Amino acid sequence: MNLWGLMLLSGVVTFCIRYSFIAAEGHYQPPSWFRRLLPFVPIAALTALVAPELLLVQGEVIPGGGNPRLWAGLVAIFVAALWRNTLLTIGAGFLALFVIQHL
Amino acid sequence: MPLLLGVAPFGVIYGVVALQSGISPLAAMAMSSIVFAGSAQFLLAQLVGAGAPLLLTAGAVGLVNLRHALYSASVAPILAHLPRRWKVLLAYLLTDEAYAAAIPHMLAGREGGNSPHAHWILFGSGFGLWSGWQVATLAGVLIGAQLPADLGLDFALPLTFIAIVVPMIDSRALLASALTAGAVAVVLAALPYKLGLFVAALAGLAVGALLTRNAA
Repeated sequence: MNLWGLMLLSGVVTFCIRYSFIAAEGHYQPPSWFRRLLPFVPIAALTALVAPELLLVQGEVIPGGGNPRLWAGLVAIFVAALWRNTLLTIGAGFLALFVIQHL
Repeated sequence: MPLLLGVAPFGVIYGVVALQSGISPLAAMAMSSIVFAGSAQFLLAQLVGAGAPLLLTAGAVGLVNLRHALYSASVAPILAHLPRRWKVLLAYLLTDEAYAAAIPHMLAGREGGNSPHAHWILFGSGFGLWSGWQVATLAGVLIGAQLPADLGLDFALPLTFIAIVVPMIDSRALLASALTAGAVAVVLAALPYKLGLFVAALAGLAVGALLTRNAA
């Protein structure tokens, strides 16, 4: 299997998820524990991706001055929490990274 | 459609990130039509770039897109009367942004019984976003081909996820879920094949679900 096979598989998986309840309407009632998990999926999965990007530098936890991405990420988190604006968040994060790296 | 303005930069950045992950411009474009999912495409590009196994990568895409099952459940009663070709088309177009833009209008139209035109609202927002996504991806691919690889642009990935995740956190259970997933991911980062990511996400789900059960 190559990249194209992977894309096709991912496309099929994505479609099946989106089609699932629309297709099953009237046939199936999901258990309540399953529905309680779903709201946490994007947050848990995406945070799991972000945290190592910010905290780790080549596999080592660098929690301080030697890690500009951590500070830029914290600025972005702050901006995202205050203004809830995608462009502003990305812009602020890049600006912070640039400023820290050139201090 | 203000949402299009919000989505376009994602598409451009995705195009750039995909190229940096070693994905060809044609494949990057094709992925936008075949998969058509913002954050899952970022994840795909990153995992492909990191050389993660294919089945795990497809599984990760499914995990990230699992929330779309909620949208599916939400619109299912409104679309119940439609022929199958409509359901298939609308399921394909069912992204976060399309759902968010359409659902208030679709629900408002239901007050006096099921509106026969509710599906056109979802189709309109879905197709608008689909078109914008394709154009933005093309722009990203064209720009990305002319950029040097080391501009720190890969930092756009965590920044984009921060922009998606942080505004969604509006309860203590969600915050606890995020902190758990983040901490576990850092601790388990040395695991091969990005397995730590999956364990971390599951840990985040478990903590979130446990907290909501105690609160309810």
